[in-house]
Amino acid sequence: MILNRLINSLTSLRLTVACLFGAIILVFVGTLAQVKLGLYVTQEQYFRSLFVFWTPSGSNLKIPVFPGGYLLGGVLLANLIAAHIKRFKFAWKKSGIFLTHIGLILLLIGQFLTEVFQVESLMRIEEGKVMNYSEDSRANELAIVDVSEPDTDKVVSIPQGLLAKGAEIKHAELPFAIRVKDMFRNSFPGGPMVQGSKPRISATKGAGQRLPFDEEPITAKMDDENRPAALVEIVTDEGSLGDWTVSTWLTKSYYRKYLSDNFGAQAASGILAPQQFTHDGRTYQLELRPTRYYKPYSIKLLDFTHARYKGTEIPKDFSSRIHLTDPVEKVDREVLIYMNNPLRYGGETYFQGSFEPGDTVSIFQVVRNPAWLTPYLSCILVGVGLIVQFMIHLARFIKKSGTRGRSVSSPLLAGKSQRPAMEMAGAAARTAVTEGGMNRGTTTRRRNK
Amino acid sequence: MTKRLPWIVTGVFVLWLISAFKPAPEPNGFKLSAFGELPVLLNGRVQPFDSVARNTLLSIHGTQTVRPAKDDVSKRVLSATEWLLEVMTKPDEANKRKIFRVETLELRNLLGAREGRLGQLAFNEFTHKQLDDLEKEARQIVDSKKESELRTGYEKDVLHLAESIHLYHRLRNSFRPEDSKRFLLQLPDHALKSTVNPGESEDFLGELKLYKQTVPLAMAVLHQGESGEDLKRNDMQLLAAFFRRYEPLSRFAYPLIVPPLHPEKSRDDWSNIGTSLTESMRSGEVHPALDYFAMMDASFRKGRSEDFNRSVAEYRQWLEAKNLGPELSKGRWEEFFNHIEPFYKSMNIYVVALLLGCAFWLNFAQTFRQTAFYLVVLAFAIHTAGLLARMILEDRPPVTNLYSSAVFVGWGAVLLGLILERIYRDGVGIVTASTIGFVTLIIAHHLAAGGDTMEMMRAVLDTNLWLATHVVIISIGYAATFLAGFLAIVYILRGVFSRSLSPETGKALGRMVYGIVCFATLFSFVGTVLGGIWADQSWGRFWGWDPKENGALLIVLMNAAILHARWGGMIRDRGLMVMALGGNIVTAWSWFGVNMLGVGLHAYGFMDKAFVWLLTFVISQIVIMGIGVIPFRHWRSLKGVGVSADTLPSVSERKGLVQPRHA
Repeated sequence: MILNRLINSLTSLRLTVACLFGAIILVFVGTLAQVKLGLYVTQEQYFRSLFVFWTPSGSNLKIPVFPGGYLLGGVLLANLIAAHIKRFKFAWKKSGIFLTHIGLILLLIGQFLTEVFQVESLMRIEEGKVMNYSEDSRANELAIVDVSEPDTDKVVSIPQGLLAKGAEIKHAELPFAIRVKDMFRNSFPGGPMVQGSKPRISATKGAGQRLPFDEEPITAKMDDENRPAALVEIVTDEGSLGDWTVSTWLTKSYYRKYLSDNFGAQAASGILAPQQFTHDGRTYQLELRPTRYYKPYSIKLLDFTHARYKGTEIPKDFSSRIHLTDPVEKVDREVLIYMNNPLRYGGETYFQGSFEPGDTVSIFQVVRNPAWLTPYLSCILVGVGLIVQFMIHLARFIKKSGTRGRSVSSPLLAGKSQRPAMEMAGAAARTAVTEGGMNRGTTTRRRNK
Repeated sequence: MTKRLPWIVTGVFVLWLISAFKPAPEPNGFKLSAFGELPVLLNGRVQPFDSVARNTLLSIHGTQTVRPAKDDVSKRVLSATEWLLEVMTKPDEANKRKIFRVETLELRNLLGAREGRLGQLAFNEFTHKQLDDLEKEARQIVDSKKESELRTGYEKDVLHLAESIHLYHRLRNSFRPEDSKRFLLQLPDHALKSTVNPGESEDFLGELKLYKQTVPLAMAVLHQGESGEDLKRNDMQLLAAFFRRYEPLSRFAYPLIVPPLHPEKSRDDWSNIGTSLTESMRSGEVHPALDYFAMMDASFRKGRSEDFNRSVAEYRQWLEAKNLGPELSKGRWEEFFNHIEPFYKSMNIYVVALLLGCAFWLNFAQTFRQTAFYLVVLAFAIHTAGLLARMILEDRPPVTNLYSSAVFVGWGAVLLGLILERIYRDGVGIVTASTIGFVTLIIAHHLAAGGDTMEMMRAVLDTNLWLATHVVIISIGYAATFLAGFLAIVYILRGVFSRSLSPETGKALGRMVYGIVCFATLFSFVGTVLGGIWADQSWGRFWGWDPKENGALLIVLMNAAILHARWGGMIRDRGLMVMALGGNIVTAWSWFGVNMLGVGLHAYGFMDKAFVWLLTFVISQIVIMGIGVIPFRHWRSLKGVGVSADTLPSVSERKGLVQPRHA
């Protein structure tokens, strides 16, 4: 009994409508929230969540106030699938609506898979240079690179998430431990003299000796990013080798440029030199850098062009001519990547993402998304489905012209005994609905004159 | 008589349209439109002087013509082209035209004018101190780096005036360098006496003559080091004087009016007057187009219409001979398009049709309906012609920016409305079609005040494939959703406030709205998904919860909610109408509201001041929704009938699938 009622409400159109209205409110509020929170945080809080939480100011409570995107999408999906299972009986006249709903299911599932499996990264290449990895635009890693061999580097990388203050990290490949003495998720290089009120880290070795870092509040803005800095101590069996400061300030190209612009070339060359130490006859480098995704192939940027319309600064075209080399698959060819024309290779897609001033550095957006085809299929299914449904009803109305249209019913619910359900304006024309207000009768047949 | 009346009225409007095709007036014998058609390059595209004139005048003054000054005896209204010519060749006259707008009291205070009304000022009326103050204030506002949406009315007013004056200065130096007379007077005597006749020394004509003689001499001096120290020093001095005069112009002159000398190499190679003149020092020759410009300048200034017309005609021949015929022809067609003003004309006819359609509902005389129908068809034909003309001129699908989306959404809604009218013949299609046609064209008119409406597409948007599919389909979705919403307004207002809504008409409206919502669902869904696919092609993600995407999604969700609520028997005709009004709100939000948020990748349709209008529209829709839910017994139409119609069980209720609401 209870199960029946549960099934009834799970398959009901009321639930559909309630979810749709819920989605309308969620999407609207989620759009407004972007102004303050930025795109990324809004996505996390409103759309990639089961509930939208409200935290009253001055408290740590998280009160769920509205269903989030995952919950609403999930219920809609369940509702749709359940309704079809419960009432599934194939009929030609329902074929359009089936196609439409299958397309929708595919779209929802595809988007869920995208959320889960999509990996986005950036590849920055200077003209003439070769790259075989892309970098995550948000996640960072602490890389300990053994540079002792002349040809190959051995890299141990530790995700930024593990670098909590007080943590001690050991790895089978490393003959020492890494002790995290301090960790700022966002930081700014401090002036050498002025000590502000903010927490600050200074190191005993490497760049951090000369360049302290102050903690900054975490940013959530779309066009801004966090610049983490950590103080790590290398501890061997014989004792400590010293404290190093690691930060994306020291690894990302535009921050390096900022530092060398602001500290003068000479000071900067000291700060920006690789931070390395020797242990047991081997040399290691320490870097906090964007998480790298290495590829089995390499890309060389041959030429980047940035055309503008004559006499204006309006960009007309960005394009990158690259050389793709894959020793495994025996691929060796030139490709032109430009706006709206990405390169799809090895399960990844390379888009012309941006560039750096001077027009010699191209930045590709690299996306790995196994579900990328689902929207294409879904669009075709839904489009065809809706057109088929309209055509079926249109045809039926033309055939049945002369009978008055009855109330509108759901194409999905429509049974055999049902009157025509969906009424197209064109079809209704042939029925008797041609009266014009008060003087009906005078106009009904006018067009046949 | 009443049978012929619709044709007679339509005929009158057709005559009105035809009258626009007659050639433009030739004040004092000057063939201005022949000049207005001449091609130049601005905003990255070839356009006629006429478009430059109209767009700059629109952004400075807010209109496309200039009214005569009070003391102007001729009392003649200046066309944009004539105004531009005056600015470029007779700045002393142009400086008297009251074209600069002062809209806030604070700005008037800043200018130190204690008295005098707000409104229009002439350039002459500004003192040096006022201009300095204005520039200082404008610089401060720009330096504060406030987002443009957050600026106060005063700040916008200051910036607008400062930019207008800057633009005006640039225009004055666009056709030829200003003040040739003064420049020539300060040159050493020997240079002038040998070449320039006294009569020519007032014009650029004389300056150009001297420059032409100087350039090769100086080239020779530079390259070969000819003998004669005196000659050398004099020529170098002269050359230096010219360089000091022309070099800044290359950064200042506004439209690129000098055509490419070798179009077979690069058709894009237009330059402004300053660049062209400076370039001559390197190439050793002066661009031949400058001779024609100098002639036009001198003859227009001195009122010699025959000389002016001849030099324009000769320049056109030169362009043809240089294989620049396509550019000339583009200029000619665009000037013609500007002159005809198709959207302005159809806007006027839509208003008349709307009034006639409403008159039909008052007395149900078929003559009114018939006349109104013909007029909407006529207006729609002009609307279509204008749309096609724009597409051909731009070589683009119909929608490329916010302005053209307004034109196109209106067009789509009018088309659907006409189809409805053809089927139902009850005036509803006419009234909604003409209302939406009129309103969207008004919106377009105001959006056009921002400047060039045929601007070039930024790199990511530069793809006719997606503009033709995603943008067009989603715009049709907008149009259909608006049409459904406006039909709902007709239903509610007629039902509550008049007795003219018969149960049959009510049901017919219900069917119309239902059909249109189905149509809107199809187009908004497919359009939205295509947009996602475009995003996947250009940014690598199908969906990013960007405000514009969310806006499109809202329309899909709203339409889907309407359909499912209807199928589930949760709403009937009246509920359908109230929800269709919600469709109006989400569509207006998605179309304009999200552009005011200032976040996201899609914020290309810059908006200003429109927020108040959007808010007004949304509130009006909510008010009508409120009126719509007034119980039927208070309605003037559908009494009694409404009750039974509204409580009939729906199909799904009869099948026991849904609990009846009124059980």
